[in-house]
Formats: sequence, structure tokens, C-alpha cells
Amino acid sequence: MREVTIRDALREALREEMQRDKTAFLLGEDIGRYWGGAFGVTKGLAEEFGDDRIRDTPISESAIIGVGVGAAITGMRPIAEIMFGDLSALAMDQICNQAAKIRYMFGGQASVPLVIRTPFGAGVNIASHHSQSLEAWFMHTPGLYVAVPSTPYDAKGLLKTAIRGSNPVLFAEHKLLYPVKGMIPEEDYTVPFGVADIKREGSDVSVVATLYMVHKTLTAAEQLSKEGISVEVIDPRTLAPFDKQTIVKSVKRTGRLVVVSEDSKTAGVSAEIAAVVAEEALDYLDASIKRVVEPDTPIPFSPSLEKFVIPDEKSIIRAVKEII
Amino acid sequence: MDEKIKLLEMHRQMLTIRFFEEKVFELYGQNLVPGTIHLYAGEEAVAVGVCANLRKDDYITSTHRGHGHCIAKGARLDKTMAEILGRKTGYCKGKGGSMHIADFSIGMLGATAVVGAGIPIAAGAGLSIKLRGTDQVVACFFGEGASNQGTFHEGINLAAVWSLPVIFVCENNLYAMGTRQSRVMAIENIADRAVAYGIPGVVVDGNDVLAVFEAGRVAVDRARRGEGPTLIECKTYRQKGHSRFDSAAYRQREEVETWLKKDPIVRFQRKLFEMGVLTEVQVQKMVEEAKKAVDEATKFALESPFPEPQEALEDVYTPEEGTVTK
Repeated sequence: MREVTIRDALREALREEMQRDKTAFLLGEDIGRYWGGAFGVTKGLAEEFGDDRIRDTPISESAIIGVGVGAAITGMRPIAEIMFGDLSALAMDQICNQAAKIRYMFGGQASVPLVIRTPFGAGVNIASHHSQSLEAWFMHTPGLYVAVPSTPYDAKGLLKTAIRGSNPVLFAEHKLLYPVKGMIPEEDYTVPFGVADIKREGSDVSVVATLYMVHKTLTAAEQLSKEGISVEVIDPRTLAPFDKQTIVKSVKRTGRLVVVSEDSKTAGVSAEIAAVVAEEALDYLDASIKRVVEPDTPIPFSPSLEKFVIPDEKSIIRAVKEII
Repeated sequence: MDEKIKLLEMHRQMLTIRFFEEKVFELYGQNLVPGTIHLYAGEEAVAVGVCANLRKDDYITSTHRGHGHCIAKGARLDKTMAEILGRKTGYCKGKGGSMHIADFSIGMLGATAVVGAGIPIAAGAGLSIKLRGTDQVVACFFGEGASNQGTFHEGINLAAVWSLPVIFVCENNLYAMGTRQSRVMAIENIADRAVAYGIPGVVVDGNDVLAVFEAGRVAVDRARRGEGPTLIECKTYRQKGHSRFDSAAYRQREEVETWLKKDPIVRFQRKLFEMGVLTEVQVQKMVEEAKKAVDEATKFALESPFPEPQEALEDVYTPEEGTVTK
């Protein structure tokens, strides 16, 4: 085992899969030798694999994904980068109407092995067009898979599964997580889609969190343990497919659920998770389900405003205490 | 001799598309076609002229008005008709219908019903060819209405700057639904837009199959040589309305009549008579054969079952290892 950042873990997955499979290639804005990706994930890859396989594109999100779709259905494994998750809006038709539906519409004739990497998340004061968490848009689209890694181990293993797989994957990264460190094994490994990970075991309350919120929840759980409250922290790791079993099983044991998600409340990630538990484990709940999420506003710029809308450790602790 | 066979084959394909579309229209009138239809009648010379330059392993992308593209690329009539009628035996097992026919075994990468969406996808197939190092090409069909979408700009720009082997074929039938081109574009020729991407742009008479064939030949050769894409604008006209309920009242009668006189099949037959390649007797025989082929496909489709309802749940994802769904 060795310690790496999520940025390095992602780059390792890309490098190893490109070495392993000649049909894998990257495309996106400024991912090549002159910049290495806005967050540095692809730094050094153009030097190693050449400009043909690490392709800088014009600022054309719709074409980046459309070209990825066309390449994916004709034998290649494109890995597209959308510089900020917010900009996926420019490519929504290609992601949700084309990539996600081609297999189905054409009666299973084609597979679309396209990976779309993009960073979500607020917290760096870049306002409404560079800070959103839009995973719910994509989990609402049948035909897409949605990965949400929170650790270097999960990031590398899930990205490998995404690249080796045969389905379109929206691979959500969180911009504050890139420098976060963790241990990964030396040998090749993958993390399966549809299998949640219990990041901390506990018995009083189940807290489901994704991406950066996993880390805030773990900090909150540590503090709560000092007050004698035992928190189980569950990271779904993929939102589609979604591992209902692990979460329902945990809730049946703890009788309490808090969902922490860095997106706006209405019809968000937390709404779906709460609905699943309400549907499958209502009789086991000893208290109402709590959601720690963002209010239904765009992400504001000024630090005082932005900090106010993002869920933090305090709000997680408060929510847990409300139902204990 | 080879050339004669090729010309007769193009003639056969055009007849087949025409009779196929007439049959679809007839079946629609009998309430046998669910949903809507967009007929290719009148535009046969475009698909046939372009596809006559393609090999089986070349690709095409298509649109909501796509039956003609399928047939010209070599799709089976029976599976095409069955799909249009929503049957289990259709190309897409009844999941796509008239607007979403695909046959990946002949390089027909599917029809998208989002106007212009196929343009970057065609560029992507072109990039795939380039990265794999084969000499395939892609023909990308779309209407003049699609040339106002951002995907037209983004897709052609990328194909141009990367020198991708794509032939962009604009079927300019003058109307985007009921909107005449002159009401939404300040230019007459879509092909002029090629200048903006640094690629050749060609205007051809889209009702003259030999003119389309020749423009296609030049563009396909250029693409196969790795010299990049071409934009071919084919001026044509749909003989029917936009879709099922459209009587096309927004078109002047004189205009429709002028274009009906330019019917691509009648013109091609006249040309083939002049060339001594075709006789009236042969035409009768080919008409009968084409009608028979369409009738047989229709019989197959009508006798085919509808999909079982629960099949709606299949084909959402490709099954794979390493993924747990429950």
C-alpha cells in the first residue's frame, strides 16, 4: 500500500487503462501537454501517450461528448473531460438523449463505452457557474451510470471499472477532493459499481453521504462518538446503479437515517435516497428521515454566502442529534 | 458493364425507397403505424447517390426522415418495416420505431430524432476510424434545419481541424417543418458555411442522382485519402408534408408542382433511356420487383408479433462484470 492523492489516483487509473487498452483515449479542453487539465489530473499523459490519444479540443462541450459517443459505438473507449460539471449543461442532449439512449433505442445493437469525467462541488468561491453538484440530473437518466468516489482507493478502482465497462458513465469528481490523500494497493484492482462502502461502522444512526460530504460526515461522526453517539457512515460510491441493500440493511439495524448531500434539496440526490428507505424500511424507522443539503438556491460567490449554503460538520451533528 | 449494373442498382434502390414510403403512407392511413412518420419520397437521389460510393464497412448517421438512408445503405426491408410497425422482429425490437432505425452490421449507426445531434456523432465515428487507422469513411445526413444547430458548428469544426473522414450531406428540402429557409437564414446556400471551417462546400442538384453520386465520389475519395471532410448540399424537396398530419399548406401549389416535375426517379429513368442502359420494358419489370419486395417486407412485418410488454425493461444497459444491479 502507498499513499496518494485522488488526483494521482485518477491519473494512475487513466495511465494504466490506456496502457492496457489501445482503444482508450482522452478528449477535453486543455487536457493536453500545454495545461494538463484544469485540475491537473491529466498532467504528463500527453507526453507519455501522444497528442492523438490525449486530445485537446475546442470549447465545444456538445461536440466533445458527441464525438465520444460516435467513437464509443465504433470500437473505441473514449474518456471525455468536461472541465466543470456545470458545463455539462451544454452537452445534455449528447449525454442524456444520445449516449444514454442509443443502446435502448436501437434494441441492444450497440454499447456506448463512454466515460465522462467532470468535477462538481462548491467551496472555492467561483460562484454559480462553476460550483454546482448536478449528480441528480444524471441519476434521473436511465441508461447512464453515475460514479461518486470520495477516496483515492475508490476513485482509482471506480474509474478503472468505468473505463473497462460497456456503458456510459458520468464520473463525478469533487474539486476539493483532488488533493485529499489515502492508501491504495500496488497491484491492479477495481471497485465494482453498485456496491456501497461502509466508511465507518456504527449502531445509533445511519448517515449516507457522497463525495466531499463523506469526509465532513466522518469528522462529524468522530465528534459525535465522543458524546456517546455511534454513527454508521455509508458511501454509496455509485448513485447508478444504487446499492439499496447496504443502506436498507443499515437502517433496519440503526432505525435512523440522515442523508448528507451537496446539492439543492428539491428532487436531489437526498430525495431519492430518502424515498428508497421510506419505501423499503419505513417500519424500521424510529424517527423521521433528516436531510442535510443545500437550500434551493444557486451557489453564491461571496465566502460568507457560500459557506452558509454548503452543508458542514455542524449541520450534520445537529441533524443527527435531532433524531437521536 | 460494371457501370451499367451500378446504374441499374441505383435505379432499383430509388424505386424501392419510393414504393416503401408509399406503402408506409398507406399503412399509416390504415392505422397500422403507431406514432408518426416522416417520408423520404422525393429525396431518394440524395441517399442513393451518396451511399453508392460507400462500402459495407463505411458508416452513415441518419435523421428522423431516415427510411431512405437505411435502404440505400443496404438495410433489410422486412426488419425496417417491422420496426416502423413496432414489431418484435424489427431492427430495434420495437424500441425505436420510424425515427430510430439502426443496423450496426452494415455501418448504419442509427437515426437520431434530435435535429443536428448526429453531426458530432458522425465526427466521432470519423475520429474512431482515424485512431484505428482504417480507410473507412462516414456519411452524415441531416437537413438544412440542422445547420442552424450548434452541433453543426461544433461537429464540423472538429471534423475539419482533425481532418476526419466525414462527408456531411445536407439535404436541403427548403422547409424545417413549416419554416421556409429564407425566413430563418440570410444565406441561400448552406454549403457556403463550409468556408467558415476551411473545408470544401459543394452545392448539387439533389434530385439528380448522378450529380449527387459525382459530388459524393469526390468527397469520399478525399476522405479516404485522409484529406478531411466535405460539406455537400443537395437541393431537394419532400413530396409529402413534414410528418403524418401535415398537409404542407404553407407551400405554394406552383412550387410543389415545379418540384414534382423534377422527380428524381423520372429524371434518372429519362437519363438511363438516353444512355441506352434502360428500356421501358425493363422499368416495368423493376417496378414490379420493387413493389414485390416491399409487399413481402410488409407481409413479414404485419405477421410479426408485437414485443412482450416486459421487454420494455430490457436493453437499458449492457450487462457487464463488476457491476451489481438490484
